[in-house]
Amino acid sequence: MTDTVTLTIDGKEITVPKGTLLIRAAEQLGTIIPRFCDHPLLDPVGACRQCIVEVEGQRKPMTACTTEAADGWVVNTHLTSDVARTAQEGQLEFLLINHPLDCPMCDKGGECPLQDQAMAHGNHHSRFVDEKRKYDKPVAVSAQVLLDRERCVLCARCTRFSDQVSGDPFIELFERGALEQVAIYEDEPYESYFSGNVIQICPVGALTSTSYRFKARPFDLRSTPSVCDGCSAGCSQTVQARRGQVERQLARTNMAVNEMWNCDKGRFGYGHLTADTRLTSPLVRSDDDGEEPVAADWATALTRVRSILAPDGEVVPTAVLSGGRLPDEDAYVAGKFARTVLGTDDVDFRTRFAPASEGDALAALAGRDTATYDDVEQAGVVLTVGLDPEEEVPILYLRLRKAWRNTKARLVSVGASSGSLAELLWRRLPTDVGAEAAVLDDLARALDRDGDDADQSSPMVAEVADALGSVDRPVVLVGERAGDGALAAAGRLADALGGKVAWVPRRSNARGALDQGLAAGLLPGLRRHDDDTQRAEVAAAWGLDELPTRGRDLHEILTLAGKGKIKVLYLLGVDLVRDVADQRLVDKALRRATVITHDIVANATTAHADVVLPVTASQERAGTRTNWEGRRQQFRPGVAGPQLVQHDWEILVQVTGMLGHDLGFTDLDGIRADMAALAPIDTTPDWPAAADRSDTAAAADDGDDTLTADVYPLLLDNGVHQVNAPDLAATAHDPHLRLHPDDAAPLGVSDGDEVTVTGGKAELTLPVRVTPDQAAGTVFVPANSTAPDQVDNPRHLGDRVTVAAVASGSATADQPVEVNA
Amino acid sequence: MGTLGPVTALSTRYDVDRAWDIDVYEDHGGYQNVRAALDSTPDDMIQMIKDSGLRGRGGAGFPTGLKWSFIAQDTGKPVYLVVNADESEPGTFKDRPLMERDPHSLVEGIIVSCLAIQSEMAYIYARGEFGLVSRRLRHAIEQAYERGYLGADVFGSGKRVDITLHRGAAAYICGEETALLDSLEGRRGQPRLRPPFPATHGLYGCPTTVNNVETVTAAGYIVGQGPEWFNQYGTEKSAGPKLMCISGEVKRPGNYEFALGTPVSEMIAAAGGMLDDRELKFFFPGGSSTPILTAEHADIPYTFEAMTEADSLLGTGALMVHSDKTSVVETVYRYVKFYEHESCGKCTPCREGGYWTAQVYERILDGRGRAEDLDLLADISNNIFGRSFCALGDALTSPVLSSLEHFRDEYEYLLRSAGRLPDHMQSVRTATANEYLERNDLATAGV
Ligand SMILES: Cc1cc2nc3c(=O)[nH]c(=O)nc-3n(C[C@H](O)[C@H](O)[C@H](O)COP(=O)(O)O)c2cc1C
Ligand code: SF4
Ligand code: SF4
Ligand code: FES
Repeated sequence: MTDTVTLTIDGKEITVPKGTLLIRAAEQLGTIIPRFCDHPLLDPVGACRQCIVEVEGQRKPMTACTTEAADGWVVNTHLTSDVARTAQEGQLEFLLINHPLDCPMCDKGGECPLQDQAMAHGNHHSRFVDEKRKYDKPVAVSAQVLLDRERCVLCARCTRFSDQVSGDPFIELFERGALEQVAIYEDEPYESYFSGNVIQICPVGALTSTSYRFKARPFDLRSTPSVCDGCSAGCSQTVQARRGQVERQLARTNMAVNEMWNCDKGRFGYGHLTADTRLTSPLVRSDDDGEEPVAADWATALTRVRSILAPDGEVVPTAVLSGGRLPDEDAYVAGKFARTVLGTDDVDFRTRFAPASEGDALAALAGRDTATYDDVEQAGVVLTVGLDPEEEVPILYLRLRKAWRNTKARLVSVGASSGSLAELLWRRLPTDVGAEAAVLDDLARALDRDGDDADQSSPMVAEVADALGSVDRPVVLVGERAGDGALAAAGRLADALGGKVAWVPRRSNARGALDQGLAAGLLPGLRRHDDDTQRAEVAAAWGLDELPTRGRDLHEILTLAGKGKIKVLYLLGVDLVRDVADQRLVDKALRRATVITHDIVANATTAHADVVLPVTASQERAGTRTNWEGRRQQFRPGVAGPQLVQHDWEILVQVTGMLGHDLGFTDLDGIRADMAALAPIDTTPDWPAAADRSDTAAAADDGDDTLTADVYPLLLDNGVHQVNAPDLAATAHDPHLRLHPDDAAPLGVSDGDEVTVTGGKAELTLPVRVTPDQAAGTVFVPANSTAPDQVDNPRHLGDRVTVAAVASGSATADQPVEVNA
Repeated sequence: MGTLGPVTALSTRYDVDRAWDIDVYEDHGGYQNVRAALDSTPDDMIQMIKDSGLRGRGGAGFPTGLKWSFIAQDTGKPVYLVVNADESEPGTFKDRPLMERDPHSLVEGIIVSCLAIQSEMAYIYARGEFGLVSRRLRHAIEQAYERGYLGADVFGSGKRVDITLHRGAAAYICGEETALLDSLEGRRGQPRLRPPFPATHGLYGCPTTVNNVETVTAAGYIVGQGPEWFNQYGTEKSAGPKLMCISGEVKRPGNYEFALGTPVSEMIAAAGGMLDDRELKFFFPGGSSTPILTAEHADIPYTFEAMTEADSLLGTGALMVHSDKTSVVETVYRYVKFYEHESCGKCTPCREGGYWTAQVYERILDGRGRAEDLDLLADISNNIFGRSFCALGDALTSPVLSSLEHFRDEYEYLLRSAGRLPDHMQSVRTATANEYLERNDLATAGV
């Protein structure tokens, strides 16, 4: 039995794997059979009938997009068969009779498959003298997507995408016959984080985006390949600009990563580039006046930076917080700048308080061959730990969903909640917030139980362990929220299984920051501070006798800054006020320390800074980014950005110069050459060992009525990079709390009720979703959400909070109203 | 209501009062076929169906025994029998009276068929408008359960057969077997891609056969009374009795039962012949989707092969007879409108081609026809036929192309006359039902 078939297409022989569709086989020969409904990532539907070919010996001509190639077939396309050609022309004529032919004012004009084919082999004169179908136009499918039904060719790409790929089924075909049309349910909004994809795959101008509609013609746009900055997915993108301004972003095909999709945040979230709040010139606070900083020229600003960092020629104690978005090159420069110019190892790319053990676990991770999208798709069993993929890394969610749908992968979540993944889960192993490691250790133990000694693991753990053991290469994905020891436990489990692990942070280049050593104890190229040889290697490469002593992490840095022991906080795109959970700590630090910050858009932290240096956004710079897989991808600038902004590395090079040092490079090539000298070493550190949990296990039920806060932001939140994109903002999921039914019942609340969660002095009232996906004893609280007054809300992962139903007839209702006569 | 005749095979109980009641049914030989089936094996039963020469009565005429032998057995999944009772093809009204008058014969046919194909679960998909059908079937199914003829232990055999009755929502396309399955599963009724075929991936992805009411009923008799009982009627390639629906301009339109092979002219005669002062001009041999034939074809035998030979189809057995007083163009237009309306919209040629064709007909009949319209009509149809996703699109082209072939002069006349029919013809186009009856003397013909 062979797995291939050999056939002839237009006289050319070709051998393809069994199951290959004729349309794909022809593509391999360079023959593009016209098509509208066919899409390589959607199940075939055979609706448009445009791709008809003739197969010798078959009763009827066949649609190439639905027919699998068979051995010995002789296939003739429009190139060699009159039957195929006339059939295709006939279908094209049908599609055009009801088409408005308003190409001159249609957004799709110039990149429209229907227009292209009509030009290539359509009739120049229409034989249709009758009445066309008319519809009201446009219909809003969502705040972001508009539909002009009369242009629609009913190819069902949009509906199949929503059904098959994203699983947001609220867009459907309605009616029948000539009145068939795309529609949404009246009382259910088309709510999707992926709606931009339906616009992009619509083969005509029926679906358009509110943000691009009537803005430009495709042939007037300058396209630049790019990599999205929105999260750690690492999606390929095309940035399209006109007159130096981004007009549109499209998903660029990268089958290894995002396939052909982008999420809406990445696609539509470029408004901040031109927002009113965009930082377009340096800002400097005049000495001691307490006012907000004001515009200054670069010379003034940099001089001020120098006097802050080295008031008396000596650099004062400074810490560098670099965030998770700097490209690899900038991250490397930041690391070198801190260690060589500022003389400190007090650097951290994280904006959350990580357990002390995390550094070792991250180092172990960085040295390994970690899981990829492809591994996720092929795994068969995937464990997600402390991860809500759709809200955190949406394209990873699509790949998990694809694995679930196409290979029937069994998905298991470990942690307090898994968000929308819950619908796809095979099993759920709930834990308290941050307590994932214990369950992972249980799984590891259940793996090598021999069935003999009294098995202590729960039946569910045993079942999941069996499933993990039943496939060749299971994958364990660990979110950045996962608690103490979880990453190491996941790593040990994956190693025991011969599977793969990955760490899935949210920020677009957290993984790159890790590789560039932007945390105390870590150094570039997988080197460790506590390894004398490796430390010496870095010191030598950087022309130092010795590196600064091992530094502190975010929590300690802020604490020390609050106490005046660290004098300056040098922030690289970090919004401490928004991002860091402990506001008291942040307040103190900001009040006490002098703050220099690089940023793109004004935010709560820039208002506190002494010097604000405006930097380029992702679309305005070149660099390399490392996604959650550890995959490095380069990108180029699509637009120049405002005149006075600079790249982070450019600024750091200048500050270095002003402090009398030299980093050894003045351009990107120079940086890359410098990085090459510290290329990753071959090292596979052991995972940190499991903690002994024997005494903590018993203390599970503490008897009080508090719950643990499971806090993380939804995909679309109050993030400063989402400003000036109102249509995108309108598609944000409604902020909500989530409770397990067992916790909701005693409170007497049910789905949709308003609930107040209180922690310390903070308090937040939102509608609640009651779902078994939220582990009992925990409550999900959206961080930085679009709900009013979020800043003061409970937002510390793992905080103890109380939850109460909002009493009916609450204070706001039935207030007597005074009328002024 | 008399026995149909001239043959009484499937219609034996049509004149039995209250045959829909189980006692009456059993008094008249009911539930004997299934007893024979219980003594037989699935393979033997399928062989009997093959030997009988039974071909599907739903329109396509596929050999039933062969179809059943394709059903994937031993897949670990249940096998389903789905009875297609969506009868919506214009001119077709044979399944409905069968289910109204003799519903137990269908129930019995289902039990036998299920035993033959090793299915424990049958669904009847009944056309939404069929109120009485549904009541009678429900009643019959309930009675059969009460007697233990259905359920976990059919006739004490230890075998299980259940029947669920499902009422459709009035879409012609849901008679197409894969659209029917989608509709039955609760989706929009649109045809599915094939392969995979229902025999392996049908209802809920399980092996399934979809069969017409008459087919399933006949299968019950064949297993009970032997293939010879069945093929004593008909010809070698077109075996068996056939329930016929004769309509149009004949004196006694209605249901008849004939042996296949009976000449069309004989059938028309049995229906009382043409209305007075009317001459046979054209007829649809088996429903509106079968290409029309002319008076010249009146003597051909009513068989699958003879109809194919004459470039038409046997279809469902719905013989629609029209006279010289009727305009072919108007008649075809009505069916074009039907198919345009019933198109599910999924595929381009049927959806757009039907929409276009209807408008061209309207222009021709309104006096706005153009010389090039006739070639245009043919072109449109040729671009639909064989290109559409399912046979509904093809069906629309049958009356168009066959009428253009046989009666092009009538179209040309309308182009010249600016849409006015020849004087001897009576327009049926905008007539209300009553006007229609009156104009065509049908009211006086006692219909
Ligand atoms: C548009 C369309 C409508 C159909 N409607 C019916 C119907 O109402 N009843 C029926 O039995 N078959 C109908 N069929 C045929 C079915 O698809 C199928 O061939 C039949 O149910 C098979 O049963 P049989 O083998 O017993 O004939 C229709 C087919 C098409 C294409
Ligand atoms: S809106 Fe576009 S993608 Fe959707 S069915 Fe119509 S043509 Fe296809
Ligand atoms: S031919 Fe096409 S549009 Fe017509 S009913 Fe079949 S699938 Fe639907
Ligand atoms: S591309 Fe093949 S039918 Fe649409």
